[in-house]
Amino acid sequence: MTQSGYLDMELLRFTTAGSVDDGKSTLIGRLLYDSKSIFEDQLEAVKGSSQKKGLAHIDLSLLTDGLKDEREQGITIDVAYRYFATPRRKFIIADTPGHIQYTRNMVTGASTANLALILIDARKGVIEQTYRHSYIASLLQIPHIIVCVNKMDLVDYDQERFNEIVKTYEAFASKLDVQDIRFIPISALEGDNVVNRSTKTSWYEGSTLLHTLENIHIGSDYNHLDARFPIQTVIRPHRQEYHDFRGYAGRIDGGVFRPGEEIIVLPSGFKSKIKEIMVGEEKVSEAFPPMSVTMTLDDDIDVSRGDMLAKPNNQPDSTQDLELMMCWLNNRGLNPSSKYILRHTSNEMRTMVKEVIYKLNINSLSKDESDKNIGMNDIFRAKLRTTKAVLKDAYRKNRNTGSLILVDEATNETVAAGMIV
Amino acid sequence: MSNYSLRHLQELEAESIFVIREVFAQFENPAILFSGGKDSIVLTHLAKKAFWPAKIPFPLVHIDTGHNFPETIDFRDKLVENLGARLVVGLVQDSIDQGKVAEETGLNASRNALQTTTLLDTIEANKFDAAMGGARRDEEKARAKERFFSHRDDFGQWDPKNQRPELWNIFNGKKNMGEHFRVFPISNWTEMDVWQYILAENIPLPSLYFAHEREVIERNGTLLAVSDYLNMRGDEVKMTKTVRYRTCGDMPITGAVESNASTLEDIIVEIAATRMTERGTRADDKRSETAMEDRKKQGYF
Repeated sequence: MTQSGYLDMELLRFTTAGSVDDGKSTLIGRLLYDSKSIFEDQLEAVKGSSQKKGLAHIDLSLLTDGLKDEREQGITIDVAYRYFATPRRKFIIADTPGHIQYTRNMVTGASTANLALILIDARKGVIEQTYRHSYIASLLQIPHIIVCVNKMDLVDYDQERFNEIVKTYEAFASKLDVQDIRFIPISALEGDNVVNRSTKTSWYEGSTLLHTLENIHIGSDYNHLDARFPIQTVIRPHRQEYHDFRGYAGRIDGGVFRPGEEIIVLPSGFKSKIKEIMVGEEKVSEAFPPMSVTMTLDDDIDVSRGDMLAKPNNQPDSTQDLELMMCWLNNRGLNPSSKYILRHTSNEMRTMVKEVIYKLNINSLSKDESDKNIGMNDIFRAKLRTTKAVLKDAYRKNRNTGSLILVDEATNETVAAGMIV
Repeated sequence: MSNYSLRHLQELEAESIFVIREVFAQFENPAILFSGGKDSIVLTHLAKKAFWPAKIPFPLVHIDTGHNFPETIDFRDKLVENLGARLVVGLVQDSIDQGKVAEETGLNASRNALQTTTLLDTIEANKFDAAMGGARRDEEKARAKERFFSHRDDFGQWDPKNQRPELWNIFNGKKNMGEHFRVFPISNWTEMDVWQYILAENIPLPSLYFAHEREVIERNGTLLAVSDYLNMRGDEVKMTKTVRYRTCGDMPITGAVESNASTLEDIIVEIAATRMTERGTRADDKRSETAMEDRKKQGYF
């Protein structure tokens, strides 16, 4: 595939969080329906289900209903991924439930998102759940937030009500770490300002939701300053014509690499120059996140999985002591005397949680330094000690080299997510 | 600065190659599940790109129901030869002969559900600890929540409530003895992405995907190819139509669509205008609203 690509489309990943009541499923259904991403057979199935439930209109929320258990209980219990495209962009939605017991799912959905869509019921205004979602978006460093004030039809499209909600939200958001927050008055049920401009909110001068999703600038969401290339695997062809070929395969986690540039291999500290960068057979003149490439070097040096290439004048920190914000993801709570497997970029090592500094009350954002029992869905600050050095950046600076997971040695399950401070 | 951005197909490709390389690095004995359909062909192409100039370091595993389109088998054999890859075939007929599964009877009889047993046996016999497949999350409701790394217990079963959370691009392939993983590197692709990519990369496909003349019957609004594997009712009439296939399943259950699309460009135009999902042509999904979910729990693809 050439660098120009076939179609001039960008990819935007966004997360939605919300409960059944605030109309999240209806909004997603509306986006899919109005952007013509729903196929006839899907629509027929939903029409049938709506009729079975005795509804007069098509219940768009049924379009995103997933597994059997959820349909029976009428709740969403996991992260579901949805897809739609317009001529400008392809969208991946990580659709997560909003209840406090699903904090871990919100964190999971948020980890790969460029944008968070937060829904507020215009009648109820800003509630605990709004704070929770916004805090998670900020904690996971999602660069953009769109706050949709939904159900405007039920408050007569009242501008004052909208402004009041915006004001309350902004007061809270000043405590968060999000650069770009926008507000849109919508009705997912009626379709106001979702895909089509509403005639009932003439006082609103901003864009519709879809127009915003299509045009928001995401080009600088990745770190293009600090060159980081963790090695996933080494390619040795064992073929006559590529006898001496040694390719270092991986995904660019930060910055820009070009052939001819000097690099340093970490942790060994050997220096060399980049000979070639390839995507498949194609040689490229530069590599940047999130490209998957193969690099060859001028010198035959020892590089293996878990190592990282960087620039001699710009290296990640190397440390065995980490301080981080964490979210516990597992039913089995944190055991302070247990050892865990830590996975960070392509590296793996063992670790112990040395100290829980505080647990965060996710609704009030207050820090509790007395309760250090960590269980499922808890968000907390902690110190880790690892068995070998981690090549890391602060999560705030780089979401790839600043993130890690813990795996329970006994069950092999992923038990925690961490963002390095 | 803003020049450093990828187009959507490049980003999807980069993500899939990353996942495939993780499989190679994290597992002892991984394989690619190769059906001969476009999704597994794209997956194989991505694996080739991921390790070039080395050969694909995985065998291709084909679960052969015996009801395949002959075009699919021809294509498979040529591809394997070109790649210099190892082919492992699991025969559903063997599972039937061993009395492990019983052939379905009746008008809509299919071997589709029987594949699960053969697949699990093949995985066990070859000690594969990761099987990569070309499934996509946009295909069906039960797949929308599937992980890239999907954990299966020692009975090969999928427990939707006990899947590991996947954060950022950190994948956890740790497992106990006897367990294995299904891995879906093209999870985030849609049908349209797959076609655009096939066009952009000029990937060869079986001739079935392009318009051709074929003898078919119409049943419940679906055009089914006349073959030895299709049970016919007395009143069903054979007719010759110009058709193509949107998916490549078993002959008796995969519906053709009437189409004159004979090039990739034609197909993309057709899909853009189409108002039915591709699984709408699959009789196996129409059995019940949770058909896919139920099969997945038992260890289906």
